[in-house]
Amino acid sequence: MSQPAGATTPVVSLRGLRKEFPGVGGGARVVAVDGVDLDIAEGEFVTLLGPSGSGKTTVLRMIAGFETPSGGQVLLRGADVTRTAPFERDVNTVFQDYALFPHMTVLQNVEYGLRVKKVPRVQRRERALEALAGVRLEGMEKRAPGQLSGGQRQRVALARALVNRPSVLLLDEPLGALDLKLREQMQVELKQIQREVGITFVFVTHDQEEALTMSDRIVVFNRGRVDQVGSPAEIYEHPRTTFVAGFVGTSNLLHAKASEALLGEAGLFSVRPEKIRLLADGEDPVTGETVAPAVVEEVVYAGATTRIVARLDAGDSLVVQRQNQRTSSLDTEGLRGARVRLAWSREHASRLPDDDG
Amino acid sequence: MTLSARARLLLRLATFGGLAVIYVPLLVVLVNSFNPSKTFGWPPSGFTTQWWSRAASNPGAREALLTSVEIALAATALALVLGSMAAFAVARYRWFGRETVSFLVVLPIALPGIVTGIALNSAFSAGGVALGFLTVVVGHATFCIVVVYNNVLARLRRTGTTLEEASADLGASTLQTFLHVTFPQLRGALLAGGLLAFALSFDEIVVTQFTISAGLQTLPIWIFANLFRPNQAPVVNVVAAALVVASVIPVYLANRLSEGNGGGRL
Ligand SMILES: Nc1ncnc2c1ncn2[C@@H]1O[C@H](COP(=O)(O)OP(=O)(O)OP(=O)(O)O)[C@@H](O)[C@H]1O
Ligand SMILES: [Mg+2]
Repeated sequence: MSQPAGATTPVVSLRGLRKEFPGVGGGARVVAVDGVDLDIAEGEFVTLLGPSGSGKTTVLRMIAGFETPSGGQVLLRGADVTRTAPFERDVNTVFQDYALFPHMTVLQNVEYGLRVKKVPRVQRRERALEALAGVRLEGMEKRAPGQLSGGQRQRVALARALVNRPSVLLLDEPLGALDLKLREQMQVELKQIQREVGITFVFVTHDQEEALTMSDRIVVFNRGRVDQVGSPAEIYEHPRTTFVAGFVGTSNLLHAKASEALLGEAGLFSVRPEKIRLLADGEDPVTGETVAPAVVEEVVYAGATTRIVARLDAGDSLVVQRQNQRTSSLDTEGLRGARVRLAWSREHASRLPDDDG
Repeated sequence: MTLSARARLLLRLATFGGLAVIYVPLLVVLVNSFNPSKTFGWPPSGFTTQWWSRAASNPGAREALLTSVEIALAATALALVLGSMAAFAVARYRWFGRETVSFLVVLPIALPGIVTGIALNSAFSAGGVALGFLTVVVGHATFCIVVVYNNVLARLRRTGTTLEEASADLGASTLQTFLHVTFPQLRGALLAGGLLAFALSFDEIVVTQFTISAGLQTLPIWIFANLFRPNQAPVVNVVAAALVVASVIPVYLANRLSEGNGGGRL
């Protein structure tokens, strides 16, 4: 499951990786990473997704070599690098605050990795300019980092890392400091660049949408552990834990009482809001659809979609997301308090383990 | 905070009064160094540069100036090395007793010079170390280290370790990281700390008295020794004026340097 079919040696393997930090002022030790196993294949775009404090950065720092694991191993192309210094690892990092050297120009920043590896001057200039062109920053080489916008700095950081042609590029919330518009634009560009250079990307974010749009695979972190690994569609459509169901997308849960009445099976189920539709008066459900009578509690108009919160007669309330194809805000206003019937295909209700969360 | 007009006036007067107490005597010294009257009658009876040329050719003063510069340079160099190493150890590593050591490094600046002087003097004689040039350098280094330490520590705390991590991540060895990233970041702080250390050492007298040998004289000690000899008075005055200028310049430069530095000097 965590290793795609046909893969040779993974570029990165984490084996039972653990990290504890000493508690502050003699307090209890913090277990930041608690037994993580993961294989990442050549050329993959893997995203580590999880809430603040779930251990994503710590995992990244252990792969880069800034943090020594308390247990377990880090392998790069099969070689154990658990105790290898950062500068001896074929891995580069794009830091969240970019960490550009303020006393060097853009070009000197990008050249830095080649310079310390004693690549001849002419050659390293050529490669640095090439890398800058790759991130669309031609003509900026003489500027100081302080004279660039956030998005441009982000690209310099990317070029500075990519110029070394590492096996793996680690990115710690590289888009976190950008505004929404620029962020969306950079998501597309980053993905494009990754496809062009063919380097494995390990990307950290706590933004589920970013994870869903960019990744080949998503690794969902929950309190230092991996809850689920899978493609964006797998994670979104078939969350395996309550945590994943809630963190990725809207949590829409049916508990035992409601699920027994509606699905004939007592347990915890998750149904995504856009899989649920409202049946029109007198409309019959199609075969295989579950029908749930309900009362509308809340209607929220959001431009492209309308979100409807409905309390089921069988208990629990569900969010329904409806495309505003024909309706407008006027039509939905009168819905509050109305009796409706919700319907969804049986396969869109994913069973979650009862005992977690 | 809003103050009444009266309070504001009082505050202003107090400020000017305070500044006057400090700077008027310095100004008098400067003016008198060009005053032809040997007894410094006021107002000055004319303008002369003869005291300056006499001072410049006075062998005792020249010797003392040279000694002072040498001691200040040596103490500053020692302070730069030890002070920045201590700052590194405190800012970048966690170890047992770190806070205590940090406190002990800063303490000498607060200790009365006379205490430091007596302590060093007895330590040197107990250890059988003859007083001389080097003992003065060590004595001055005790407080010079503090200003370097404080400047470097403030800078290290402010820059954090991310740049150094970025450098290591790009393949730089520990030495390369220090040369290309850490040192350039610290240059301003080292310069500011060094200038202040130089100024502190240059006009120090108390610790010097206790650590210097009989044959050696720094400039402040030379002034002190010649202050009450009537026919040396004009020359002493010139040397004092020169000393004022020589200490103001490095302090002014250091202040300018550490403005964008965030780090206070002490
Ligand atoms: N140097 C450290 N010393 C002590 N505790 C630490 C240290 N670094 C991280 N931690 C703790 O380890 C846990 C995981 O931190 P980590 O930075 O990996 O989280 P994260 O998933 O990257 O969060 P975010 O999304 O906020 O960046 C947190 O509880 C954090 O407080
Ligand atoms: Mg983080």
